[in-house]
Amino acid sequence: MLVEIKNLHIGFESRTGFAPAVKGVSLTLGTEKLGIVGESGSGKSLTARALMKLLPKQTRIEADKLEFDGIDILSASEKQMRTIRGKRAGFILQDPKYSLNPVKTIGSQVAESWRAHKGGSKRAALEAAINLLEMVKIRDPKKVASSYPHEVSGGMGQRVMIAMMLAPDPELLIADEPTSALDATVQAEILRLIEELVSERGMGLLLISHDLPLVSHFCDRVAVMYSGRVMEELKASELLSAQHPYTRGLLNCMPSLIHPKERLPVLTRDPE
Amino acid sequence: MTIEIDNLRISFGDKEVVKGVSFNVANGASFGIVGESGSGKSTVLRAMAGLNNEWSGRIAFSGQDAPLVRPPAFFRKVQMVFQDPYGSLHPRQTIDRILSELPLVHGMDDIDGRIAKVLSAVALPQTARFRYPHQLSGGQRQRVAIARALIAEPEVLLLDEPTSALDVSVQAEILNLLADLRSERNLTYVMVSHNLSVIAHLCTDVGVMIDGHMVEQVTAEDLRLGNIEHAHTRELRSLSVELEEPA
Repeated sequence: MLVEIKNLHIGFESRTGFAPAVKGVSLTLGTEKLGIVGESGSGKSLTARALMKLLPKQTRIEADKLEFDGIDILSASEKQMRTIRGKRAGFILQDPKYSLNPVKTIGSQVAESWRAHKGGSKRAALEAAINLLEMVKIRDPKKVASSYPHEVSGGMGQRVMIAMMLAPDPELLIADEPTSALDATVQAEILRLIEELVSERGMGLLLISHDLPLVSHFCDRVAVMYSGRVMEELKASELLSAQHPYTRGLLNCMPSLIHPKERLPVLTRDPE
Repeated sequence: MTIEIDNLRISFGDKEVVKGVSFNVANGASFGIVGESGSGKSTVLRAMAGLNNEWSGRIAFSGQDAPLVRPPAFFRKVQMVFQDPYGSLHPRQTIDRILSELPLVHGMDDIDGRIAKVLSAVALPQTARFRYPHQLSGGQRQRVAIARALIAEPEVLLLDEPTSALDVSVQAEILNLLADLRSERNLTYVMVSHNLSVIAHLCTDVGVMIDGHMVEQVTAEDLRLGNIEHAHTRELRSLSVELEEPA
Protein backbone atom coordinates (compact mmCIF):
# COMPACT_ATOMS: atom_id res chain seq x y z
CA MET A 1 0.00 0.00 0.00
CA LEU A 2 1.32 3.39 -0.98
CA VAL A 3 -0.85 5.33 1.45
CA GLU A 4 -2.61 4.11 4.56
CA ILE A 5 -4.74 6.41 6.64
CA LYS A 6 -6.61 5.08 9.63
CA ASN A 7 -8.90 7.15 11.85
CA LEU A 8 -7.38 10.52 10.99
CA HIS A 9 -8.48 13.51 13.07
CA ILE A 10 -7.51 17.08 12.25
CA GLY A 11 -8.57 20.12 14.19
CA PHE A 12 -7.56 23.69 14.84
CA GLU A 13 -6.82 25.38 18.12
CA SER A 14 -8.23 28.85 18.11
CA ARG A 15 -8.93 31.73 20.47
CA THR A 16 -12.49 30.54 20.91
CA GLY A 17 -11.75 26.87 21.40
CA PHE A 18 -11.05 23.76 19.42
CA ALA A 19 -12.55 23.36 15.96
CA PRO A 20 -12.50 19.82 14.57
CA ALA A 21 -12.32 19.66 10.75
CA VAL A 22 -11.57 16.05 9.91
CA LYS A 23 -13.25 13.50 12.16
CA GLY A 24 -11.96 9.99 11.70
CA VAL A 25 -11.09 9.44 8.05
CA SER A 26 -9.72 6.08 6.89
CA LEU A 27 -8.42 5.56 3.37
CA THR A 28 -5.94 3.36 1.56
CA LEU A 29 -4.35 3.92 -1.81
CA GLY A 30 -2.23 1.63 -3.98
CA THR A 31 -1.20 2.21 -7.56
CA GLU A 32 -4.66 3.27 -8.57
CA LYS A 33 -6.71 6.40 -9.06
CA LEU A 34 -8.60 7.37 -5.93
CA GLY A 35 -10.93 10.34 -6.00
CA ILE A 36 -12.07 12.33 -2.98
CA VAL A 37 -15.18 14.39 -3.60
CA GLY A 38 -17.06 16.70 -1.30
CA GLU A 39 -18.18 20.28 -0.86
CA SER A 40 -15.99 23.12 0.37
CA GLY A 41 -15.16 22.58 4.01
CA SER A 42 -15.65 18.83 3.94
CA GLY A 43 -11.98 18.27 4.81
CA LYS A 44 -10.82 16.74 1.54
CA SER A 45 -7.87 19.07 1.00
CA LEU A 46 -6.88 18.91 4.67
CA THR A 47 -6.65 15.14 4.45
CA ALA A 48 -4.28 15.38 1.49
CA ARG A 49 -2.21 18.09 3.13
CA ALA A 50 -1.92 16.13 6.35
CA LEU A 51 -0.40 13.33 4.30
CA MET A 52 2.39 15.68 3.21
CA LYS A 53 2.55 17.35 6.64
CA LEU A 54 1.76 20.67 5.03
CA LEU A 55 -0.48 22.09 7.73
CA PRO A 56 0.05 25.17 9.90
CA LYS A 57 1.49 24.87 13.41
CA GLN A 58 -1.72 25.30 15.37
CA THR A 59 -3.21 22.24 13.67
CA ARG A 60 -3.75 19.21 15.85
CA ILE A 61 -3.36 15.95 13.91
CA GLU A 62 -4.08 12.56 15.39
CA ALA A 63 -4.35 9.22 13.70
CA ASP A 64 -4.09 5.53 14.44
CA LYS A 65 -2.08 5.26 11.27
CA LEU A 66 -0.85 7.80 8.74
CA GLU A 67 1.68 6.17 6.48
CA PHE A 68 3.23 6.85 3.11
CA ASP A 69 4.92 3.73 1.74
CA GLY A 70 5.49 2.43 5.26
CA ILE A 71 6.90 5.73 6.60
CA ASP A 72 5.03 7.06 9.62
CA ILE A 73 4.21 10.65 8.67
CA LEU A 74 3.21 11.74 12.18
CA SER A 75 6.63 11.01 13.65
CA ALA A 76 8.67 11.87 10.54
CA SER A 77 11.11 14.76 10.88
CA GLU A 78 11.10 17.79 8.59
CA LYS A 79 14.23 16.38 6.98
CA GLN A 80 12.55 13.07 6.25
CA MET A 81 9.49 14.83 4.91
CA ARG A 82 11.65 16.75 2.47
CA THR A 83 12.73 13.48 0.87
CA ILE A 84 9.06 12.63 0.35
CA ARG A 85 7.55 15.95 -0.70
CA GLY A 86 8.07 16.59 -4.37
CA LYS A 87 10.48 13.70 -4.77
CA ARG A 88 8.27 10.74 -3.98
CA ALA A 89 4.90 12.45 -3.91
CA GLY A 90 4.03 15.34 -6.18
CA PHE A 91 1.35 17.92 -5.41
CA ILE A 92 -0.60 19.65 -8.20
CA LEU A 93 -2.61 22.63 -7.00
CA GLN A 94 -5.70 24.28 -8.32
CA ASP A 95 -4.60 27.50 -9.89
CA PRO A 96 -1.40 27.77 -11.93
CA LYS A 97 -1.74 31.54 -11.68
CA TYR A 98 -0.88 31.47 -7.99
CA SER A 99 1.37 28.45 -7.89
CA LEU A 100 4.04 29.60 -10.34
CA ASN A 101 6.57 32.31 -9.57
CA PRO A 102 5.55 35.31 -11.71
CA VAL A 103 9.05 36.76 -12.05
CA LYS A 104 10.91 33.65 -13.21
CA THR A 105 10.69 32.02 -16.61
CA ILE A 106 8.83 28.75 -16.86
CA GLY A 107 11.94 26.90 -18.01
CA SER A 108 13.97 28.03 -15.03
CA GLN A 109 11.22 26.95 -12.61
CA VAL A 110 10.91 23.48 -14.09
CA ALA A 111 14.73 23.22 -14.22
CA GLU A 112 14.93 24.25 -10.57
CA SER A 113 12.63 21.46 -9.49
CA TRP A 114 14.61 18.97 -11.60
CA ARG A 115 17.92 20.12 -10.16
CA ALA A 116 16.68 20.11 -6.58
CA HIS A 117 15.94 16.41 -6.83
CA LYS A 118 18.44 15.13 -9.35
CA GLY A 119 21.35 17.54 -9.20
CA GLY A 120 23.48 18.23 -12.27
CA SER A 121 24.50 21.37 -14.08
CA LYS A 122 22.18 24.25 -14.84
CA ARG A 123 22.46 23.60 -18.54
CA ALA A 124 21.57 19.91 -18.17
CA ALA A 125 18.63 20.89 -15.98
CA LEU A 126 17.33 23.32 -18.56
CA GLU A 127 17.55 20.65 -21.24
CA ALA A 128 15.71 18.22 -18.99
CA ALA A 129 13.09 20.91 -18.38
CA ILE A 130 12.48 21.27 -22.09
CA ASN A 131 12.11 17.50 -22.34
CA LEU A 132 9.59 17.49 -19.52
CA LEU A 133 7.60 20.26 -21.16
CA GLU A 134 7.54 18.19 -24.31
CA MET A 135 6.32 15.21 -22.30
CA VAL A 136 3.27 17.14 -21.10
CA LYS A 137 2.51 17.82 -24.78
CA ILE A 138 3.45 21.45 -25.04
CA ARG A 139 3.91 22.07 -28.74
CA ASP A 140 6.79 24.53 -28.70
CA PRO A 141 8.64 23.63 -25.46
CA LYS A 142 11.64 25.92 -26.17
CA LYS A 143 9.47 28.96 -26.55
CA VAL A 144 7.34 28.15 -23.52
CA ALA A 145 10.46 27.53 -21.43
CA SER A 146 11.60 31.09 -22.05
CA SER A 147 8.20 32.67 -21.35
CA TYR A 148 6.86 33.95 -18.06
CA PRO A 149 3.75 32.48 -16.39
CA HIS A 150 1.54 35.45 -17.34
CA GLU A 151 2.33 34.89 -21.01
CA VAL A 152 0.76 31.44 -21.17
CA SER A 153 -2.86 30.30 -20.85
CA GLY A 154 -4.35 28.56 -17.82
CA GLY A 155 -4.23 25.14 -19.46
CA MET A 156 -0.60 25.64 -20.44
CA GLY A 157 0.21 26.79 -16.90
CA GLN A 158 -1.35 23.64 -15.50
CA ARG A 159 0.75 21.53 -17.90
CA VAL A 160 3.82 23.33 -16.62
CA MET A 161 2.83 22.50 -13.04
CA ILE A 162 2.47 18.86 -14.02
CA ALA A 163 5.86 18.91 -15.76
CA MET A 164 7.44 20.24 -12.55
CA MET A 165 5.84 17.51 -10.49
CA LEU A 166 7.04 14.82 -12.90
CA ALA A 167 10.67 15.91 -12.74
CA PRO A 168 11.67 13.66 -9.79
CA ASP A 169 9.60 10.64 -10.99
CA PRO A 170 7.22 10.53 -8.01
CA GLU A 171 5.33 7.40 -6.97
CA LEU A 172 2.26 9.31 -5.88
CA LEU A 173 0.57 12.27 -7.44
CA ILE A 174 -1.82 14.34 -5.35
CA ALA A 175 -3.94 16.60 -7.52
CA ASP A 176 -6.04 19.11 -5.60
CA GLU A 177 -8.73 20.42 -7.96
CA PRO A 178 -6.30 20.41 -10.89
CA THR A 179 -8.84 21.49 -13.48
CA SER A 180 -11.43 23.63 -11.69
CA ALA A 181 -9.90 26.82 -13.07
CA LEU A 182 -9.95 25.52 -16.65
CA ASP A 183 -12.41 25.37 -19.56
CA ALA A 184 -14.26 22.15 -20.33
CA THR A 185 -12.19 21.32 -23.42
CA VAL A 186 -8.89 22.07 -21.68
CA GLN A 187 -10.04 20.16 -18.62
CA ALA A 188 -10.60 17.05 -20.73
CA GLU A 189 -7.09 17.36 -22.23
CA ILE A 190 -5.37 17.83 -18.88
CA LEU A 191 -7.16 14.87 -17.34
CA ARG A 192 -6.28 12.69 -20.30
CA LEU A 193 -2.66 13.76 -19.87
CA ILE A 194 -2.65 12.96 -16.14
CA GLU A 195 -4.28 9.62 -16.83
CA GLU A 196 -1.68 8.68 -19.45
CA LEU A 197 1.24 9.67 -17.23
CA VAL A 198 -0.18 7.85 -14.23
CA SER A 199 -0.73 4.60 -16.09
CA GLU A 200 2.58 4.82 -18.01
CA ARG A 201 4.62 5.34 -14.87
CA GLY A 202 2.58 3.14 -12.56
CA MET A 203 1.93 5.97 -10.11
CA GLY A 204 -0.79 6.26 -7.53
CA LEU A 205 -3.14 9.21 -7.94
CA LEU A 206 -5.17 11.01 -5.32
CA LEU A 207 -7.58 13.33 -7.12
CA ILE A 208 -9.44 15.85 -5.01
CA SER A 209 -12.43 17.48 -6.63
CA HIS A 210 -15.89 18.83 -5.99
CA ASP A 211 -17.04 17.62 -9.40
CA LEU A 212 -18.76 14.24 -8.99
CA PRO A 213 -19.34 13.37 -12.67
CA LEU A 214 -15.72 14.18 -13.48
CA VAL A 215 -14.36 11.95 -10.75
CA SER A 216 -16.70 9.12 -11.64
CA HIS A 217 -15.36 9.11 -15.20
CA PHE A 218 -11.74 9.48 -14.32
CA CYS A 219 -10.97 7.51 -11.14
CA ASP A 220 -11.10 3.86 -10.11
CA ARG A 221 -12.47 4.43 -6.62
CA VAL A 222 -14.20 7.36 -4.97
CA ALA A 223 -14.57 8.45 -1.37
CA VAL A 224 -17.38 10.93 -0.71
CA MET A 225 -16.63 13.27 2.17
CA TYR A 226 -18.97 15.48 4.15
CA SER A 227 -18.26 17.45 7.30
CA GLY A 228 -14.94 15.77 8.01
CA ARG A 229 -16.10 12.19 7.52
CA VAL A 230 -16.08 9.73 4.66
CA MET A 231 -19.76 9.19 3.94
CA GLU A 232 -19.23 6.31 1.57
CA GLU A 233 -16.56 4.72 -0.53
CA LEU A 234 -17.46 3.05 -3.79
CA LYS A 235 -16.33 2.13 -7.26
CA ALA A 236 -16.14 5.23 -9.44
CA SER A 237 -18.30 3.66 -12.13
CA GLU A 238 -21.08 3.21 -9.57
CA LEU A 239 -20.93 6.79 -8.31
CA LEU A 240 -23.70 8.12 -10.50
CA SER A 241 -26.01 5.41 -9.22
CA ALA A 242 -24.93 5.80 -5.57
CA GLN A 243 -27.47 5.06 -2.84
CA HIS A 244 -26.21 7.16 0.06
CA PRO A 245 -28.63 10.06 0.64
CA TYR A 246 -25.87 12.69 0.72
CA THR A 247 -24.29 11.51 -2.54
CA ARG A 248 -27.72 11.31 -4.14
CA GLY A 249 -28.46 14.82 -2.88
CA LEU A 250 -25.32 16.18 -4.49
CA LEU A 251 -26.07 14.43 -7.77
CA ASN A 252 -29.68 15.57 -7.85
CA CYS A 253 -28.99 19.24 -7.32
CA MET A 254 -26.88 19.53 -10.48
CA PRO A 255 -28.62 21.03 -13.50
CA SER A 256 -28.62 18.61 -16.40
CA LEU A 257 -28.44 19.25 -20.10
CA ILE A 258 -30.26 16.12 -21.24
CA HIS A 259 -32.69 15.75 -18.36
CA PRO A 260 -34.08 19.22 -17.69
CA LYS A 261 -35.58 19.92 -14.26
CA GLU A 262 -38.17 22.57 -13.61
CA ARG A 263 -36.64 23.33 -10.23
CA LEU A 264 -33.40 22.15 -8.69
CA PRO A 265 -33.75 20.15 -5.48
CA VAL A 266 -31.60 21.55 -2.66
CA LEU A 267 -29.92 19.77 0.22
CA THR A 268 -31.45 20.00 3.65
CA ARG A 269 -28.65 19.59 6.13
CA ASP A 270 -28.61 18.18 9.61
CA PRO A 271 -26.79 20.55 11.94
CA GLU A 272 -24.37 17.70 12.74
CA MET B 1 -36.94 45.71 -21.02
CA THR B 2 -35.88 44.50 -24.46
CA ILE B 3 -32.22 44.39 -25.35
CA GLU B 4 -30.78 44.73 -28.84
CA ILE B 5 -27.11 44.26 -29.58
CA ASP B 6 -26.08 44.99 -33.13
CA ASN B 7 -22.65 44.40 -34.64
CA LEU B 8 -20.87 45.08 -31.35
CA ARG B 9 -17.10 45.43 -31.73
CA ILE B 10 -14.65 45.88 -28.88
CA SER B 11 -10.89 46.27 -29.10
CA PHE B 12 -8.18 46.49 -26.48
CA GLY B 13 -5.40 48.43 -28.17
CA ASP B 14 -4.85 46.85 -31.57
CA LYS B 15 -6.42 43.57 -30.57
CA GLU B 16 -10.04 43.11 -31.46
CA VAL B 17 -11.66 40.79 -28.91
CA VAL B 18 -15.32 41.09 -29.87
CA LYS B 19 -15.78 40.98 -33.63
CA GLY B 20 -19.29 41.97 -34.54
CA VAL B 21 -21.70 40.31 -32.10
CA SER B 22 -25.46 40.72 -32.57
CA PHE B 23 -28.35 39.34 -30.54
CA ASN B 24 -31.74 40.36 -29.20
CA VAL B 25 -33.40 39.58 -25.89
CA ALA B 26 -37.15 39.97 -25.42
CA ASN B 27 -38.66 41.60 -22.35
CA GLY B 28 -38.60 39.18 -19.39
CA ALA B 29 -36.55 36.60 -21.30
CA SER B 30 -33.18 35.23 -20.38
CA PHE B 31 -30.32 34.91 -22.81
CA GLY B 32 -27.21 32.87 -22.09
CA ILE B 33 -23.76 33.28 -23.59
CA VAL B 34 -21.41 30.29 -23.45
CA GLY B 35 -17.83 30.11 -24.55
CA GLU B 36 -14.37 29.34 -23.29
CA SER B 37 -12.00 31.75 -21.55
CA GLY B 38 -10.90 34.45 -23.94
CA SER B 39 -13.88 34.09 -26.26
CA GLY B 40 -15.05 37.60 -25.36
CA LYS B 41 -18.25 36.68 -23.54
CA SER B 42 -17.55 38.70 -20.39
CA THR B 43 -16.30 41.61 -22.47
CA VAL B 44 -19.69 41.80 -24.19
CA LEU B 45 -21.40 41.84 -20.80
CA ARG B 46 -19.14 44.55 -19.41
CA ALA B 47 -19.79 46.77 -22.43
CA MET B 48 -23.54 46.28 -21.94
CA ALA B 49 -23.22 47.23 -18.27
CA GLY B 50 -21.42 50.44 -19.19
CA LEU B 51 -18.13 49.36 -17.64
CA ASN B 52 -16.23 49.81 -20.88
CA ASN B 53 -16.52 52.95 -22.98
CA GLU B 54 -14.51 51.76 -25.95
CA TRP B 55 -16.90 49.96 -28.24
CA SER B 56 -18.64 50.45 -31.55
CA GLY B 57 -21.90 49.13 -32.90
CA ARG B 58 -25.24 49.41 -31.20
CA ILE B 59 -26.44 48.53 -27.71
CA ALA B 60 -30.06 49.40 -27.10
CA PHE B 61 -32.29 48.91 -24.06
CA SER B 62 -36.06 49.23 -24.67
CA GLY B 63 -35.33 50.44 -28.19
CA GLN B 64 -33.19 53.34 -26.95
CA ASP B 65 -29.56 53.42 -28.01
CA ALA B 66 -27.21 53.43 -25.04
CA PRO B 67 -24.59 56.20 -25.25
CA LEU B 68 -20.91 55.38 -24.71
CA VAL B 69 -21.01 57.06 -21.31
CA ARG B 70 -24.22 56.12 -19.53
CA PRO B 71 -26.33 58.59 -17.55
CA PRO B 72 -26.75 57.79 -13.81
CA ALA B 73 -30.36 56.69 -14.27
CA PHE B 74 -29.15 53.86 -16.50
CA PHE B 75 -27.54 52.09 -13.57
CA ARG B 76 -30.85 51.81 -11.78
CA LYS B 77 -32.29 49.92 -14.73
CA VAL B 78 -29.35 47.67 -15.49
CA GLN B 79 -27.30 45.94 -12.81
CA MET B 80 -24.53 43.39 -12.90
CA VAL B 81 -23.60 40.44 -10.66
CA PHE B 82 -20.03 39.23 -10.77
CA GLN B 83 -18.47 35.82 -10.58
CA ASP B 84 -16.43 35.95 -7.46
CA PRO B 85 -18.38 36.69 -4.28
CA TYR B 86 -15.05 36.92 -2.45
CA GLY B 87 -13.61 39.62 -4.66
CA SER B 88 -16.67 41.70 -5.45
CA LEU B 89 -17.62 42.74 -1.91
CA HIS B 90 -15.66 45.35 0.03
CA PRO B 91 -13.91 43.46 2.84
CA ARG B 92 -13.94 46.37 5.30
CA GLN B 93 -17.59 47.33 4.87
CA THR B 94 -20.54 45.70 6.58
CA ILE B 95 -23.31 44.25 4.42
CA ASP B 96 -25.44 47.22 5.52
CA ARG B 97 -22.85 49.65 4.19
CA ILE B 98 -22.40 47.68 0.94
CA LEU B 99 -26.14 47.64 0.29
CA SER B 100 -26.69 51.31 1.15
CA GLU B 101 -24.07 52.56 -1.32
CA LEU B 102 -26.33 52.56 -4.37
CA PRO B 103 -29.45 54.03 -2.70
CA LEU B 104 -27.25 56.81 -1.26
CA VAL B 105 -25.72 57.63 -4.65
CA HIS B 106 -29.11 57.74 -6.31
CA GLY B 107 -30.75 59.66 -3.46
CA MET B 108 -33.36 57.00 -2.80
CA ASP B 109 -35.61 57.26 0.26
CA ASP B 110 -36.24 54.71 3.04
CA ILE B 111 -32.85 53.06 2.69
CA ASP B 112 -33.39 51.15 5.92
CA GLY B 113 -36.63 49.59 4.69
CA ARG B 114 -35.19 48.80 1.28
CA ILE B 115 -32.25 46.91 2.76
CA ALA B 116 -34.53 44.90 5.04
CA LYS B 117 -36.75 44.04 2.07
CA VAL B 118 -33.95 43.09 -0.29
CA LEU B 119 -32.31 40.86 2.33
CA SER B 120 -35.49 38.87 2.70
CA ALA B 121 -35.90 38.76 -1.09
CA VAL B 122 -32.61 36.88 -1.36
CA ALA B 123 -33.45 34.75 1.71
CA LEU B 124 -30.73 36.13 3.97
CA PRO B 125 -31.46 36.55 7.68
CA GLN B 126 -31.77 40.16 8.89
CA THR B 127 -28.87 39.43 11.23
CA ALA B 128 -26.57 39.24 8.20
CA ARG B 129 -26.98 42.96 7.82
CA PHE B 130 -24.31 43.95 10.29
CA ARG B 131 -21.83 41.25 9.39
CA TYR B 132 -18.72 41.66 7.27
CA PRO B 133 -18.31 39.63 4.04
CA HIS B 134 -15.71 37.33 5.60
CA GLN B 135 -18.24 36.24 8.21
CA LEU B 136 -20.54 34.84 5.53
CA SER B 137 -20.26 31.68 3.45
CA GLY B 138 -19.65 31.78 -0.31
CA GLY B 139 -23.33 31.21 -1.10
CA GLN B 140 -24.42 33.91 1.35
CA ARG B 141 -21.93 36.32 -0.18
CA GLN B 142 -23.31 35.66 -3.65
CA ARG B 143 -26.78 36.39 -2.23
CA VAL B 144 -25.44 39.72 -0.96
CA ALA B 145 -24.07 40.46 -4.44
CA ILE B 146 -27.50 39.71 -5.92
CA ALA B 147 -29.17 41.83 -3.23
CA ARG B 148 -26.86 44.71 -4.08
CA ALA B 149 -28.00 44.50 -7.70
CA LEU B 150 -31.69 44.18 -6.74
CA ILE B 151 -31.74 47.17 -4.43
CA ALA B 152 -31.61 49.41 -7.49
CA GLU B 153 -34.91 47.83 -8.58
CA PRO B 154 -33.44 47.07 -11.98
CA GLU B 155 -35.21 45.67 -15.02
CA VAL B 156 -32.15 43.92 -16.42
CA LEU B 157 -29.65 41.75 -14.56
CA LEU B 158 -26.33 40.96 -16.22
CA LEU B 159 -24.91 37.83 -14.62
CA ASP B 160 -21.24 37.00 -15.15
CA GLU B 161 -20.68 33.36 -14.10
CA PRO B 162 -22.80 33.84 -10.98
CA THR B 163 -22.39 30.28 -9.71
CA SER B 164 -19.03 29.02 -10.93
CA ALA B 165 -17.25 29.76 -7.65
CA LEU B 166 -19.85 27.78 -5.67
CA ASP B 167 -20.44 24.16 -4.72
CA VAL B 168 -23.14 22.33 -6.69
CA SER B 169 -25.46 22.29 -3.68
CA VAL B 170 -25.11 26.05 -3.22
CA GLN B 171 -25.27 26.57 -6.98
CA ALA B 172 -28.71 24.92 -6.97
CA GLU B 173 -29.94 27.36 -4.30
CA ILE B 174 -28.65 30.39 -6.21
CA LEU B 175 -30.07 29.18 -9.55
CA ASN B 176 -33.48 28.64 -7.91
CA LEU B 177 -33.28 32.11 -6.36
CA LEU B 178 -32.44 33.69 -9.73
CA ALA B 179 -35.32 31.84 -11.43
CA ASP B 180 -37.78 32.97 -8.73
CA LEU B 181 -36.64 36.59 -8.85
CA ARG B 182 -37.02 36.68 -12.60
CA SER B 183 -40.61 35.51 -12.56
CA GLU B 184 -41.57 37.64 -9.53
CA ARG B 185 -40.08 40.87 -10.82
CA ASN B 186 -40.27 40.33 -14.58
CA LEU B 187 -36.52 40.76 -14.89
CA THR B 188 -34.59 40.30 -18.13
CA TYR B 189 -31.39 38.28 -17.76
CA VAL B 190 -28.24 38.04 -19.81
CA MET B 191 -26.03 35.38 -18.27
CA VAL B 192 -22.50 34.38 -19.16
CA SER B 193 -21.20 30.95 -18.21
CA HIS B 194 -18.92 28.22 -19.44
CA ASN B 195 -21.26 25.58 -18.07
CA LEU B 196 -23.84 24.47 -20.64
CA SER B 197 -26.15 22.75 -18.16
CA VAL B 198 -26.33 25.86 -15.99
CA ILE B 199 -27.10 28.05 -19.00
CA ALA B 200 -29.69 25.61 -20.35
CA HIS B 201 -31.34 25.47 -16.94
CA LEU B 202 -31.83 29.20 -16.54
CA CYS B 203 -31.97 30.54 -20.09
CA THR B 204 -34.37 30.00 -22.95
CA ASP B 205 -31.96 31.11 -25.65
CA VAL B 206 -28.24 30.53 -25.92
CA GLY B 207 -25.49 32.16 -27.96
CA VAL B 208 -22.18 30.36 -28.42
CA MET B 209 -19.04 32.47 -28.66
CA ILE B 210 -15.60 31.56 -29.90
CA ASP B 211 -12.74 33.91 -30.63
CA GLY B 212 -14.88 37.07 -30.50
CA HIS B 213 -17.62 35.80 -32.81
CA MET B 214 -21.04 34.59 -31.80
CA VAL B 215 -21.06 31.55 -34.07
CA GLU B 216 -24.46 30.15 -33.22
CA GLN B 217 -27.71 31.08 -31.50
CA VAL B 218 -30.07 28.30 -30.53
CA THR B 219 -32.92 27.77 -28.10
CA ALA B 220 -32.09 25.85 -24.93
CA GLU B 221 -34.50 23.17 -26.15
CA ASP B 222 -32.57 22.65 -29.39
CA LEU B 223 -29.33 22.58 -27.42
CA ARG B 224 -30.70 19.81 -25.22
CA LEU B 225 -31.90 17.83 -28.23
CA GLY B 226 -28.69 18.39 -30.15
CA ASN B 227 -30.24 20.35 -33.03
CA ILE B 228 -27.10 22.40 -33.45
CA GLU B 229 -24.98 23.38 -36.42
CA HIS B 230 -21.59 24.68 -35.42
CA ALA B 231 -18.71 22.34 -34.63
CA HIS B 232 -17.77 24.24 -31.47
CA THR B 233 -21.30 24.00 -30.07
CA ARG B 234 -21.21 20.27 -30.78
CA GLU B 235 -17.90 19.92 -29.01
CA LEU B 236 -19.12 21.79 -25.92
CA ARG B 237 -22.34 19.82 -25.88
CA SER B 238 -20.67 16.43 -26.24
CA LEU B 239 -18.21 17.20 -23.42
CA SER B 240 -21.09 18.18 -21.19
CA VAL B 241 -23.23 15.17 -22.12
CA GLU B 242 -20.30 12.77 -21.76
CA LEU B 243 -19.84 13.80 -18.15
CA GLU B 244 -23.53 13.45 -17.34
CA GLU B 245 -23.81 9.91 -18.58
CA PRO B 246 -22.56 7.05 -16.41
CA ALA B 247 -19.11 5.83 -17.41
